[in-house]
Amino acid sequence: MDVVALAKLQFAFTVAYHFLFVPLSIGLGLVVVLFERRFYKSGKPQDQAATELWIKIFAATFAIGVATGITMEFAFGTNWATYSRFVGDIFGAPLAAEGLFAFFLESTFLGVLLFGRGRVSNKFYYVSTWLVWLGSMLSALWIIIANSWMQTPAGFKIVQTASGPKAELTDFFAAGFNPSMLPRYFHTVNSLLITGGFVAAAIGAYYLRKGVSKEFGRAAVSIGLSIAAIFSILMIVSGHFQAVSVVENQPTKVAAMEGHWETGPIPIGVVGWVDVANKTTKAFEIPGVTSFLASGSFKTPYPGLNDFKAEDLPPIQVTYQTYHWMILVFGVLILVSCLLWYLNRRGVVEKTPWMLTLLIWIWVLPEIGIQLGWATAEIGRQPWIVWGQLRTVDAISKSVPAYQIALTLTMFVVIYALLFVGWWRVVSGLIKRGPVLPAGSGEQAAAAAAKV
Amino acid sequence: MTFLGVLWFALVGVLLAGYALFDGFDLGVGALYPFLGKSDEDKQVMRASIGPVWDGNEVWLLTGGGAIFAAFPAVYATVFSGFYLALMLVLFALIFRAVSFEFHAHDEAWRGLWDWAFFLGSALPSLLFGVAAGNIVRGVPIDTAGEFTGNFFTLLNPYALVLGVLGLAMFLWQGSAWLAMKSEGGLYDRAVRTRSLWAWIFVVMVLVAAAATFVFVPRAASQIMTSPIAWLFLVLLVVSMGWGRFAHGGEDLHSWYAASLSPLALIGLWAMSIFPRLVPALGDDALSLTIANSASSQLTLTVMTIIAVIGVPLVLFYFFLVYRIFAGKVRLGGEGY
Repeated sequence: MDVVALAKLQFAFTVAYHFLFVPLSIGLGLVVVLFERRFYKSGKPQDQAATELWIKIFAATFAIGVATGITMEFAFGTNWATYSRFVGDIFGAPLAAEGLFAFFLESTFLGVLLFGRGRVSNKFYYVSTWLVWLGSMLSALWIIIANSWMQTPAGFKIVQTASGPKAELTDFFAAGFNPSMLPRYFHTVNSLLITGGFVAAAIGAYYLRKGVSKEFGRAAVSIGLSIAAIFSILMIVSGHFQAVSVVENQPTKVAAMEGHWETGPIPIGVVGWVDVANKTTKAFEIPGVTSFLASGSFKTPYPGLNDFKAEDLPPIQVTYQTYHWMILVFGVLILVSCLLWYLNRRGVVEKTPWMLTLLIWIWVLPEIGIQLGWATAEIGRQPWIVWGQLRTVDAISKSVPAYQIALTLTMFVVIYALLFVGWWRVVSGLIKRGPVLPAGSGEQAAAAAAKV
Repeated sequence: MTFLGVLWFALVGVLLAGYALFDGFDLGVGALYPFLGKSDEDKQVMRASIGPVWDGNEVWLLTGGGAIFAAFPAVYATVFSGFYLALMLVLFALIFRAVSFEFHAHDEAWRGLWDWAFFLGSALPSLLFGVAAGNIVRGVPIDTAGEFTGNFFTLLNPYALVLGVLGLAMFLWQGSAWLAMKSEGGLYDRAVRTRSLWAWIFVVMVLVAAAATFVFVPRAASQIMTSPIAWLFLVLLVVSMGWGRFAHGGEDLHSWYAASLSPLALIGLWAMSIFPRLVPALGDDALSLTIANSASSQLTLTVMTIIAVIGVPLVLFYFFLVYRIFAGKVRLGGEGY
């Protein structure tokens, strides 16, 4: 493989892996807040034990998110030096701001959550849970500002330098609030919170299924399903605005997403297959709906794949499939979350073993859906690394030979596999042990303290 | 070279100094971990002493990296791609270190592995950051497009290794000073002895590094000798070492303060030895990456300045808050790792 392919593969692997844990930590951040709120109001030792379990699960997940996040911050410079020179004037500022406004906040106050229970007031502790979650939400904001600028660059001009052309900032607010930033932020954060909700419900369902720590299990299922249901419904709205933003700003991407070959109204497909060789798409689809959703009319024509030069098109089949399977996955999740939320209110879920089993495993689906969504966004952006401005093939580090990227890619695969096993052992161990009553409130506490 | 360019040269220095000060001591504690942690309880105290703060400390590095990317994109691109394998080594070390705390706390069967991850994840960067800094002072081979033209072994030169050992000695001094402040009993005694040992080694290494700079990088040496600002940092370094030597038992806090001045002084000297370059070119100074030829636009630097003016005081405020909450000796029992 050549340098470009290896660099792409390394970035795809490390960023996809990183983004398995981001949804968990941002999603669980909200769960921690809501559980600490319960304890703050009730003051009961079992409610304290409940938050403490969430904080431990959160911290183990956060750690792996931090570890794999450092990779990403290095990666632009190590593997994509030409890209870094091109975008640094614009792209660097949100990364620096992410450190200053988000990472410091979440890391510092996570220290308080892990070690500060006996040292700060309950109010300070409760506020700290909010600050940790706020920090993670801000971190998502800054990184999505940067990512969206790559999709829909704005507020810049191109200038020539000794080492090639570069983008120079002309309008900070135009660059920050670039056309796809807000829809992308809400769409992304929405999906992360859905994941957090389902993970909370999964852990709760585990206890109900086993018949231990049932009070905690009930609370987790109920809070988790509420989060999942609320944000699933909001997903219909945020997904819509995200799709509109793509139709308006990225014609080749939307044409690939729907396998839309000839100029005309764009349908919405449910499932299908793009026959790239014969330039047709066989799909179960409803004509004109994408046009309608984007423009208000079923008849609005948009250019098709045939209208563009082949070298300006993304990989069509992958873009099409990832997009449609993302929608199917979240479609299922919207139904499941609303239905189970309702049934849980009626007390049915707890008494129905198969529903609990479903809940224990269904959190995997939003993880898959999120990966599919990112694949649509990033693969659909190809061949551009910065839309319309810089091609991915032109963005690599010229001083790094292919064998070094292959070597480090191998290292990443090995190390990340080890981390995954380590993380799984820790989190499953924590869940099996369950909420542990705090010191001074019973015999379990003394036993637990001795074990630490 | 504009005012904002110089300001950001200084601010990047501040962020890196913040990193060397704050993460310096917790890297040092990690590098000393198997040597000072004789019992499980010692080890637990060592981990717990930095438990609440290490993660926030590491953010100084991420923010510093982000600031270099934003303010001097060409420097970020050249250094990160040029020092590829060395940086990947640091990265893998930091990855293992970042997960080692939580994974160690909740996985008894794999504790040995995460102990090693914590130790190597701390010791390796402690050495390599100095090596990287040494290479920058010495200069690196770059071409007219600003691309690095050396390889991994270019970076392993005697001068850079001397600075690597200097950095390691400093982090170990900072780490043992921190640990003395946080520990009691046998661990405390060992920490105090180690503090004294590494303070001495640090003083020796400062002299060695100074001599090496005169011999190998006369440009940097003469630049330091002729800059009044560099002299201020030299004075600070002497104060740090002197105060470190004379602060004795019962003044563990002062000892740590003293040790913490050294990273500030050394980063200051480091910056003054290359100013106004960020990456001196080996051989032909005309190829060096400087403030003038690698700074971002005035608008970007203005925006960044506003971000820093809002953000830095905020961070310092809650750093102060959290360090105060966790001040004093480590109290084991139930909490944390």
